[in-house]
Amino acid sequence: MSGPRLLDGPDPLMGPERFAAHARRLGPLPKGGHALIDLLVHTGLTGRGGAGFPVGIKWKAVAAASRGGAVVIVNGAEGEPHSKKDRVLMTSRPHLILDGALLAAAAVHAKQVVIYIGEGHHAALRSMTEAISERSEQERRLMRIVTAPARYVAGDSSATVHLVDAGIATPTTTPPPPRERGVGGAATLVQNVETLAHVALVARTGTATGTVLITVAGAVRAPGVFEVSLGTPLGEAVQLAGGPSEAARAVLLGGYFGRWVEVADAWSLPIDPHGLRERGLSLGCGVIGVLPARQCPVCEVAGIMRYLASESSAQCGPCFFGLRALADACTRIAERGTDAGDLQRLLRWSGEVQGRGACKHPDGAVMFLQSAMKTFGDDFAHHPAHLRRSA
Amino acid sequence: MNKKLELVVDRIKCDGRGLCAEILPEMIRLDSWGYPIVTPGPIPEHLTGLAQRAVDDCPVLAIALRRAATQHQRQKGT
Amino acid sequence: MSNTLLWYTTRGAGAVSLVLLSAVVVLGILSVLRVQSTGWPRFLTVGLHRNLALMTLVFLGLHIVTAVVDPFTHLGWLAAVVPFSSYYRTFWLGLGTIAFELLLAVVLTSLVRGLIGQSTWRLVHWLTYACWPFAVLHGVGTGTDAWSAWLFTLQAICVIAVLAAIGYRLMAGSRDPLARERSSYLAAVDRREQR
Repeated sequence: MSGPRLLDGPDPLMGPERFAAHARRLGPLPKGGHALIDLLVHTGLTGRGGAGFPVGIKWKAVAAASRGGAVVIVNGAEGEPHSKKDRVLMTSRPHLILDGALLAAAAVHAKQVVIYIGEGHHAALRSMTEAISERSEQERRLMRIVTAPARYVAGDSSATVHLVDAGIATPTTTPPPPRERGVGGAATLVQNVETLAHVALVARTGTATGTVLITVAGAVRAPGVFEVSLGTPLGEAVQLAGGPSEAARAVLLGGYFGRWVEVADAWSLPIDPHGLRERGLSLGCGVIGVLPARQCPVCEVAGIMRYLASESSAQCGPCFFGLRALADACTRIAERGTDAGDLQRLLRWSGEVQGRGACKHPDGAVMFLQSAMKTFGDDFAHHPAHLRRSA
Repeated sequence: MNKKLELVVDRIKCDGRGLCAEILPEMIRLDSWGYPIVTPGPIPEHLTGLAQRAVDDCPVLAIALRRAATQHQRQKGT
Repeated sequence: MSNTLLWYTTRGAGAVSLVLLSAVVVLGILSVLRVQSTGWPRFLTVGLHRNLALMTLVFLGLHIVTAVVDPFTHLGWLAAVVPFSSYYRTFWLGLGTIAFELLLAVVLTSLVRGLIGQSTWRLVHWLTYACWPFAVLHGVGTGTDAWSAWLFTLQAICVIAVLAAIGYRLMAGSRDPLARERSSYLAAVDRREQR
């Protein structure tokens, strides 16, 4: 039943699969176009960048708004600190990504493909640069690489457009969204590298790949990137990473904009966008972080909130000041112990911050915090004073 | 035909001047840091004039009136 | 109409225009500095700034019309719009013409700010810092009683008020609470040179 998987072929640790081997293994690039969009709608592929938006619907919108000069941005920024899947894909299967990007360009009538890679991700930059040089001249002319600063919000869709357009990787006010007005005012498709890799396989087989890439991190024996079939229980995925290295308390599912789940409930969760959404959860960017029981969750959450606050682009008052205030309150609870006033403040400010930034950064941080306060309610309510663990 | 208007704030342009909350306190209040929290939804008929004044008086043109979105508009995309 | 009446009206309207213009500049600066108190909301500063600017134009109009119509000055309508085209105190009057046109540009762009956008509007608005000194110098140079006590005192008060406001503005810095953070983040992610 299983079709080809993203990481099929040579061992990903052995470096990039060269074009000749890729073409031999998978055949030539199939014809894209409108039929591909219908196929994507039919197979229900959702984006792997974090938002999980249906790919076919997005391509349809961009194709409709395109007047022949659309732009495709291949989003390989991977600003999420613990995520490694995009880099693994770029360093081992660059041609899957390029195939997907070229198919996207044909489908949405784009004349430009911009590959957006973090400026510190040297191996990925090398691999993608070499991969482009191996393609035909016609394909090479469409594509170029742009490097992004290593900031959390640099991977936001409007930020990618802003960098390509004006050289500044900060989110911009939407509406209008990039799919209507993006680079140079043209319709722009911003798509995650993993999503495009899936497209490259879907276009060849006519069916969904049925897999997803995850990064397992935290208190596990062998953290890393794994490709799992959709529906795999989370506990099984964690076993792929050698299982917990010590007694686990909870799992953070979806990265820093994700949700906390107690281990008792976590192991049976299906790794599948639809299944998770039914439970009010989300796969997000695919990071599964295991929190050991030994670690204080309040201190952990305070540290992440401080990070998210420092990663605000300081364009919107509620985000910059709100996240900083929330992080400060969490840190006070972590260092000096629970205070009723701080708990009240956390609740009030969370309500004031949500939905009042230009991008999703404050929302993601607030929902992360709310999930933490729900999952670790007792810890927040009765936290003793103790010294801050060094970050 | 949907004639209802709603207020929308450009969060990047807004730098917390606070005039809008002074002019239309019925629908706009300031948060703990001086930035506007706008009551969502269409503007009541009798407040439309003040809403327009709030829009015109904003020193940085960060608040605007637009036709109120219907239920299934505004599908969030990335 | 009596020549003396015209002459007095010209000078009076001119003096009032200068006072109003100075008040407008001070209010504009106070508005940027986000000045307010319990009894004085911010929209009052902005509202006064706008209304007094319009009033300035009215008195300026009166000042210009009575000056041109007055047979004693031998000014044609051209002098009202083309700077340095009058025989009568060519230079000093010309400054007034320029000040008038700058003010017109500022007010007209403000009336259509929604159409032209904030950045264009802001660019033109900086011209006020040229408009006001030209108006002051025009007043000093063209008035026959420039050094009469009341006019001198009036001009001195206007100049001191505006200079004080400008001084305060320069010392106060930006009132935007995010100004510093935003520019330091921008500096970190600006890649315009790489392109």
